[in-house]
Amino acid sequence: MARPINKTDAAAGGLFIAVGVLFAVQSMGMEIGTALRMGPGYFPLVLSGVMILLGAAIVFTAFSSEDEPVGTLAWRGMMFILPAPIFFGLTVRGLGFVPSIFFTTLIAARAALKMSWLASLILSVAVMIFCTLVFSVGLGLPFRRFGPWLPV
Amino acid sequence: MDLISNLGLGFATAGSPTNLLFCLIGVILGTLIGVLPGIGATATIAMLLPITFQLEPVSSLIMLAGIYYGAQYGGSTTAILINMPGESSSAVTAIDGYQLARKGKAGTALAVAALGSFFAGSVATLLVAILAPLLTIVALKFGAAEYFSLMLLGLVAAIALAHGSILKALAMTVLGLLLGVVGTDIYTGTPRFTFGITAYADGLNFVALAVGVFGIAEILRNLEGEQDRTVLTTKLGSLWPSRADLKAMIAPMLRGTLLGSALGILPGGGAILASFASYTVEKRISKTPEEFGKGSIAGVAGPESANNAGAQTSFIPLLTLGIPANPVMALMVGAMIIQGVVPGPNVAAEQPALFWGIIASMWIGNLMLIVLNLPLIGLWVKLLTVPYHVLFPIIMAFCSIGVYSVNSNVYDLYAVAGFGLMGYVLMKLRCEPAPLLLGFVLGPLLEENLRRAMILGRGDPTTFVTRPISATLLGLTVIVLIVMLLPQVSKKRAEVFSEAE
Repeated sequence: MARPINKTDAAAGGLFIAVGVLFAVQSMGMEIGTALRMGPGYFPLVLSGVMILLGAAIVFTAFSSEDEPVGTLAWRGMMFILPAPIFFGLTVRGLGFVPSIFFTTLIAARAALKMSWLASLILSVAVMIFCTLVFSVGLGLPFRRFGPWLPV
Repeated sequence: MDLISNLGLGFATAGSPTNLLFCLIGVILGTLIGVLPGIGATATIAMLLPITFQLEPVSSLIMLAGIYYGAQYGGSTTAILINMPGESSSAVTAIDGYQLARKGKAGTALAVAALGSFFAGSVATLLVAILAPLLTIVALKFGAAEYFSLMLLGLVAAIALAHGSILKALAMTVLGLLLGVVGTDIYTGTPRFTFGITAYADGLNFVALAVGVFGIAEILRNLEGEQDRTVLTTKLGSLWPSRADLKAMIAPMLRGTLLGSALGILPGGGAILASFASYTVEKRISKTPEEFGKGSIAGVAGPESANNAGAQTSFIPLLTLGIPANPVMALMVGAMIIQGVVPGPNVAAEQPALFWGIIASMWIGNLMLIVLNLPLIGLWVKLLTVPYHVLFPIIMAFCSIGVYSVNSNVYDLYAVAGFGLMGYVLMKLRCEPAPLLLGFVLGPLLEENLRRAMILGRGDPTTFVTRPISATLLGLTVIVLIVMLLPQVSKKRAEVFSEAE
């Protein structure tokens, strides 16, 4: 009974099936049309079907191969790296480009255990100055340097 | 001669001070990111894409191309000096290059790599100039059915290059196609899969997807285990190869160039496959195969020539058919579309200055690279000592600015975080991201041509097999699929990729 299961493959296959089902359900809500005049739902529905089949095939092969461990996950990385662009998106209009890019860099820098607070601060200030000079002044991208949220 | 007048136009375009400057910026940036392990050409081009919108189309494409082949040069420096490929295509160079460096012949290895690359780059550029116009003539005969079949072939061939399971690579391609479908339907105007967010009605942002899946996911993976790199601090030795070394490199260089040029043209081919193939060939025909792995000149000259030749000729399908052969070329398609240039056979006829300017700039760029790389090698070596934890916050800042500046759409920044997470999860599940990006770029084109072909064929699906070019392409697609799934081939494929790691 102790057949090896490749959990990584099983998870990948399951994920593909789930995504396929999600897209298929959504496609059915749209006009499918005929092969001659395809509606908006036709092509995605076909693709979803292929995706579900491929997912099932991956799950199937997972039952006949050795398990490969997924390995360590970069939790700290995910906690700080992923919010950085979101923070930039939330504040670039309100705070303005200069303070927003400073905090974005600072958040990202916290993902590394090796960076002290001081080093992160120095790096963020340097990046802020560099980016402002290059993107805002040099390339003239239309960013507001300081936004309306700041009391001036 | 047409070729000469065309090349004359190209050099006149590429030789303008502005374009020379952007070519230089491109190759410097390319070398830089090639030298630094952990940042690939794909992620860098994705990040810089938005910044190039301000430029003229020619200048921006020249610069992006420079980044791509510059990275091939830079990658070999890292491979030779610290036994770690800066770019995946230089993985093979690390085998013998690092051994040469340990013997105190780092300078020779670097010079052989640079000279081989320069020679291959020059030959391949000439090939692009000769072949591209010929292919363009064929491509002009293509209808919707042919385009559909060709894209299908490209997608399937690209899978041959993905690491690991073929089934997973296929699934990643389909996922890419599905993500490419998100947005407003071109025929009926129905919004599809936008979950009611109007910001996604124009489709998911291509830059956001590329930066997330290639840039952010890669950073997350590098953060799993923080390590410092050890740079080989021994002396570089003489830069100039001895007469014997030069003699040893000529034949492998010629063979590598030939092999690389041929593999680069194939859809899904390109630099990585070329360098592996060249190394295998050199080892097999060498009179002293036992030297391979212990510091063979041929083991550096062959693959280095091959990967650079492949990098140049992979522009052929892009410039003639508008079909990207690899993720970097997919980004170039994105860049062209945003610049208002429709990639495809019409580029050569309608925008000769752009077409020939890019080709000429490749040769100029290769010349710049050899000047940059040999005398300035010490500078690049210094760069290797910059620790990763200083680099990635800077990359994150650039990513955020780059993605936002495409359309000043904050939803694109939220999408970047989402794609970063998705890319990381998929990477942990051992799914390669390259087929996903190709699928994403080709998805809308594939659907449009499918629908158009079906309307033109009056709803008869046999239109794909009764038109000879389309039938040939579909036949090739089936053959590629079958060959890949053959047990012997998939075993051999696994071996090749495990050697790379």
